[in-house]
Amino acid sequence: MTTAEIAALLAEPFGYGFMIKAIAGGAAVGALCGLLSCFVTLKGWSLLGDALSHAVVPGVAIAAIFGLPFVAGAVVAGVFAVGAIGFVERNSLLKNDAVIGVVFTAMFALGLFLISVFPSNLRLTTILFGNLLGVADADLWQVAAVGALAVGIVALKWKDLLLFCFDAGHARSIGLDTRLLHGVLLGLLSLAAVAALQAVGALLVVAMLITPGATALLLTDRFGRMLVIAPALGALAAALGAYASFFLDGSTGGLIVALQTAIFFVAFLFAPRRGVLAGRRRAAAAAEAAP
Amino acid sequence: MSSTDPKSGPAPVVRVDDVTVAYRSGTVALEGVSLTLDRPSICGLVGMNGAGKSTLFKTIMGFVEPTRGKVSIGGRPVSAAQKENIVAYVPQAEEVDWTFPVSVADVVMMGRQGRMGFLRMPGGTDRRLVAESLARVGMADFADRQIGELSGGQRKRVFLARALAQQASILLLDEPFTGVDVRTEEAIIAILRDLRAGGAIVLVSTHDLATVPAFCDSVAMVNRRLVAFGPVATTFTEANLSRAFGGTLHRFLPGHGLPAGPDAAAARGLALGAAG
Repeated sequence: MTTAEIAALLAEPFGYGFMIKAIAGGAAVGALCGLLSCFVTLKGWSLLGDALSHAVVPGVAIAAIFGLPFVAGAVVAGVFAVGAIGFVERNSLLKNDAVIGVVFTAMFALGLFLISVFPSNLRLTTILFGNLLGVADADLWQVAAVGALAVGIVALKWKDLLLFCFDAGHARSIGLDTRLLHGVLLGLLSLAAVAALQAVGALLVVAMLITPGATALLLTDRFGRMLVIAPALGALAAALGAYASFFLDGSTGGLIVALQTAIFFVAFLFAPRRGVLAGRRRAAAAAEAAP
Repeated sequence: MSSTDPKSGPAPVVRVDDVTVAYRSGTVALEGVSLTLDRPSICGLVGMNGAGKSTLFKTIMGFVEPTRGKVSIGGRPVSAAQKENIVAYVPQAEEVDWTFPVSVADVVMMGRQGRMGFLRMPGGTDRRLVAESLARVGMADFADRQIGELSGGQRKRVFLARALAQQASILLLDEPFTGVDVRTEEAIIAILRDLRAGGAIVLVSTHDLATVPAFCDSVAMVNRRLVAFGPVATTFTEANLSRAFGGTLHRFLPGHGLPAGPDAAAARGLALGAAG
């Protein structure tokens, strides 16, 4: 093949409208989830993120049945899930993770049931595995609106959200409304979950909401930098995954998450200060310096 | 007086009025506790593990709603004092996530956050107070360190600096002397005395009974109920201590170096049998 032929081959995906939408939409979803993954990983909300990504499914199903926007259904379902988790936790002696496990699987099951029984334009495979290459224009606009709202809120209030994650007691003692901040963060997570549902499916949303933040935390010890690195990595992996799935003809969601994990693993090994190899080097240097 | 001391004169009165706190599990953590801190002073809060020290702190901070009774600050609800940023809490080391990606200066700046505008952009005053507070606790050279890189004593100093930067007039310190070296302990006590001189009310929970007569003006002993509360000279007695600590209070052997206590009996009663 000549260089021109290779270039033409590599540029081929950009000749299709659905590919351009998939790459751009994927990048937007990746950036949004990456941004929120900073808070999820630091707050220790990984399980809650997983729960929300499953709990939004019945909301999406009901929205589809009645022809309402998915986003509205997802947020209502997300809020309901968090309320239910809190209610059961307050009124039982069960531990938080058990309550989360019971509630989100129940809601996910309800969602699967609703989708299978009530005919709508929603397919079970789309919910489970995502369908980035087949994303409709209307859904793309929803994601864009949700993403813009979320980025706007984080841009304005990231310092309060950070303080809430780091030291909720201090946040409260200086007059911050920690209940509101808690609710805002959960609402943003629900929005991100439904956006990512389209891209990678309910089963893999949680990866989008954790892995970029976890990777960024290996690469920096400053929150401000984390807020740039994580969305960048999330967007890069999603765009590359969508692009590569054109050639590999494989699951787009699977490719995106596999790419994210590959980046995580590279950081895990080679991160300049917090990576495994850096740690080994430090240990070796310390052993040498010791008498 | 340094400019990191509260500007607004003496601290408002802290009144804990017949407070009972019962948790969902059925545990009654505090029962009918009343105490008033009405003048600039350092008050030691002592009691066994599980005696309700933390619950009392959380109630004064407004984190826990009393089942009965109420807490007021300056005659108003705690939430009003929080809005004014006048109550600062210095947490125990175990309550802090030391892997968090924030620097020493970031943490101290959090003391200013409640006083910043909508976007929480620090201004010149905020930066100056952060620098002054760090200098005052001897941590100016560590401003850019990630907080996990600090020693136990340095960590305590950073959170004290945050309370200084907040310019709070009421400070609650939870076990500030656990895991710190003598030099840090002395530095912290010196700062607490400065704060008192500046009009602050300081409430310190501690396991370390030996330090209580050395720097506290008053002492509150809790064992679910308030066992005793008053000036150290009259309240920090062997009889009260053994009521607060039950049978777990052991005497020091004679000749053990003890700080000069208010009276010999109390000094002999200083014991760390209750430390956990």
